[in-house]
Amino acid sequence: MTAPLTTSTSPSRELIAFRIGDQEFCVDIMQVREIRGWTTATPLPRTPAYMKGVINLRGAVLPIVDLGARLGLTTAEPSARHVIMVVNQGHRTLGLLVEAVSDIINVTEDMVQPTPDVACDQVKTFVKGLFAIEGRMVSLISLDRVLPEIEAEAA
Amino acid sequence: MDPFESIKQTFFQECDELLTDAEQGLLAMESGEADDETINAVFRAVHSVKGGAGAFGLEDLIRFAHVFETVMDEIRSGKMELTDEVAKTLLRAFDVLADHVAAARDGGKVEEGRSQGAYSELRGLIGGEDEEDDLGGGGDEDFGFVPLTLSIEGEEAPGGFIDLDAQNAEAGVEIPATDQASRDELASWTVEFSPKSEMYAKANEAGLVLRELARLGETRVTLIDDTLPPLDQLSAEQAYVSWRIQLFTDSDEASIREVFEFVEDDCNLIISRDRAEPSVAEPADDGLSDDDRAAAASANADLDIAALLARVGGGDADAEPEATPESVAELPPAAPPEAPAEDVAALIARAQSVAAPPAAKPATPAPTPAPVAAAPAAAAAPAAVANAAPAAAASVTIRVDLDRVDRLINAVGELVIQQAMLSQRVLESGLARSSNVALGLEDLELLTREIQDSVMAIRAQPVKSVFQRMPRLAREVADMTGKRVKLVMEGEGTEVDKTVIERLADPITHMLRNAIDHGLEDPEGRAAAGKPAEGLVRLRALHRGGRIVIELQDDGRGINRPRVRGIAVERGLITEDQVLSDEEIDNLIFLPGFSTAEVISDISGRGVGMDVVRRSIQGLGGRISISSEPGKGSKFTMSLPLTLAVLDGMVVTAAEQTLVAPLSAIVESLTPRTEDVHYIGGKDAVIRIRDIFVPLIDVGVALGFRETAIDPASGVAVLVESEGGGKAALLVEAIQGQRQVVIKSLEANYQQIDGVAAATILGDGRVALILDVDALVTTQRRKPAARPSEKRMAS
Repeated sequence: MTAPLTTSTSPSRELIAFRIGDQEFCVDIMQVREIRGWTTATPLPRTPAYMKGVINLRGAVLPIVDLGARLGLTTAEPSARHVIMVVNQGHRTLGLLVEAVSDIINVTEDMVQPTPDVACDQVKTFVKGLFAIEGRMVSLISLDRVLPEIEAEAA
Repeated sequence: MDPFESIKQTFFQECDELLTDAEQGLLAMESGEADDETINAVFRAVHSVKGGAGAFGLEDLIRFAHVFETVMDEIRSGKMELTDEVAKTLLRAFDVLADHVAAARDGGKVEEGRSQGAYSELRGLIGGEDEEDDLGGGGDEDFGFVPLTLSIEGEEAPGGFIDLDAQNAEAGVEIPATDQASRDELASWTVEFSPKSEMYAKANEAGLVLRELARLGETRVTLIDDTLPPLDQLSAEQAYVSWRIQLFTDSDEASIREVFEFVEDDCNLIISRDRAEPSVAEPADDGLSDDDRAAAASANADLDIAALLARVGGGDADAEPEATPESVAELPPAAPPEAPAEDVAALIARAQSVAAPPAAKPATPAPTPAPVAAAPAAAAAPAAVANAAPAAAASVTIRVDLDRVDRLINAVGELVIQQAMLSQRVLESGLARSSNVALGLEDLELLTREIQDSVMAIRAQPVKSVFQRMPRLAREVADMTGKRVKLVMEGEGTEVDKTVIERLADPITHMLRNAIDHGLEDPEGRAAAGKPAEGLVRLRALHRGGRIVIELQDDGRGINRPRVRGIAVERGLITEDQVLSDEEIDNLIFLPGFSTAEVISDISGRGVGMDVVRRSIQGLGGRISISSEPGKGSKFTMSLPLTLAVLDGMVVTAAEQTLVAPLSAIVESLTPRTEDVHYIGGKDAVIRIRDIFVPLIDVGVALGFRETAIDPASGVAVLVESEGGGKAALLVEAIQGQRQVVIKSLEANYQQIDGVAAATILGDGRVALILDVDALVTTQRRKPAARPSEKRMAS
């Protein structure tokens, strides 16, 4: 499955918005397979701090990324109110740990504003653009780069 | 997929099977164990390959297969003696044939010189006879060919009709007049030929078969049309008529049967020798492929069209090749004037009126006889009934896409996990063990196990598919090195999971090359050592203790230990004063970058051979060892898990994490006593186990879960043996138990992690990591050691 973020030409699309700390982000709804509550993950040795470990998703081993930590924002101490968004990234499936899923939003392509230059590098790496929804700012996340180093390390 | 491509793929799949059969037959021929049936089987296999190749216009393959087939034909007919030399030539040529098939499949080309060389060799066997033009035998060579002039045909019968009637009628009339003496010399055969509709569906033509038969000698043909229904009940797809043929010939039964070679599966055929021999009915089973038949049929089709079109009149040359009822009209009035015959006449009348436009309808017309005579009712035996078909062709295997099996295996794996979770939950909930729920769960567990075993068995395959590639490799390596090799294989039927099989080929290939290239001496060397000139390499597979063991043994010179040692010192793999046991020296060859060949050859690679072998076997959760006796040979033993889907493991706790250690690596477990634990340089722990010091590795620290090691006395030490034979003790907090776990890949969604082989899901539904014992042991050693290999061997 390729990321519709880059290939979609459709003028309107649906995004899932979620919260990390006091910020709102969103990803394309087509990339989200399911949303589930937090369950304790089995930690993996010798992995970056944002890797929360792996959980059992109906028999598959699903790696969990603390998206807040990955974006360099907050490191979540996961609790029952946290949720895991199960997303497809290329041929892989992974879980993103976020604080809460807030909304499903309908946007058109022309609503996307480029990321302003003020953002720090780490955020700019993941944020593809911004939306203004009802006075809030929602950042569109590019999943391609959430685990970019996998290919290099695995090789 | 392009339907043509898909047919082609099927052809190549069949080719693989045919070639496998052929190679086995050839090997049997070489060892002198072949009986006639084996030789016939090889012939048929090659013939089928050729036939299929014809259908796809694979010229190179056809040409090569043809000459191969010719040689096989000479052998099976006894014209050529099957000498050792012939068998060896055939084997070499077979490799080229296999290459031709591969080239045709992959779109490459076989090296001209190689192909030509083998071709010439085969031609040489045939001798002066020029067989190349004799393509008529199989009839499946050349698609464009013009109908051959067959002796039986009236050269230019009126209207172009090939007047078999006349011929036969004549024969019938003449029989009494024929010299009785010569008649007696000719055996009289009765052939009952009842085509089934399948035969026509494959575009075979009864008339052509009968005509072919007539080439063997005089024939008297009786049409049996008892089962022909009235026209309004006649189905165009059905076969109704059969024939009884009386044949006077000096040919034997095999030759008669050969006429029916392409249709044998699709007709009822009874060939019996009159008077002298009892009637022999034989279920048709000639092992021919459909391709073969189809190829033959399409080749033959032309012959018929010409004849039929002439009859239809006005039909254009591109009309359907199937027979139309027209020719039935030629039934002489002498035919028994029974009701069905009248129906046929009616049918014909109808057909002719309808057939005003050229017979270009795609529908298959009734499979009606091509020009065939009904001689005066000669014999009165009951008609063979078409529906008494032998059910011998029922297939016992099916082809299933591996993906589907894998999906099933995954699902069953999850079922096992769910079942375990459920059991645990029930236990936790405090229900009595005797409660109905608990009892039901027990049954469920048994059932689940059974399902899992059965599913695993689906993917289990004999190692034959890997072993069968080895004879060829042995021949090639032997040729390149100028050595003589006899490869003996045992236990080819040993079954192991398909995923394991796929990854066995490389290690075995490497080891076999090594055995021949390095292990065996050249013929002179062997003579000097008092051994037979032909080296013996034995490849063996067997089950042992829930694992598959593969042994490769040669009777060569064995490992030259002083030289191995010398090289290891030279390359800095060991120090000069290091004391090593014979076994340790032997195992030096598994170190990276080690090659004992003085000249690096094409065959054995660049000194990566045994290192690669060991790594790929480790990757499969297996181990490899070598034992060698100077002058007598070496034996490599690989031991591998039967499946990569499940693993027997010991569940342990380290740094509050539940981990699984593969049972195959574990030697024993013990509680360390403080006085047995020592610290080298005050830091690296070693433990004394029966007077041997082995490194003590705290698993929690090694995996980075904690900084400082626990007190050894408070934990449990699990003694493990790594692949090189090196041992280490893994220190964990506790052992929870032993169980079979389903292996889940970490790489699928994440990546490989050093020290972790895979993951699994335990009864509580949580993921547990499976330890990569070898990586843990070597990482631990690499850390303090400047020269890891030295340390590794020193243990």
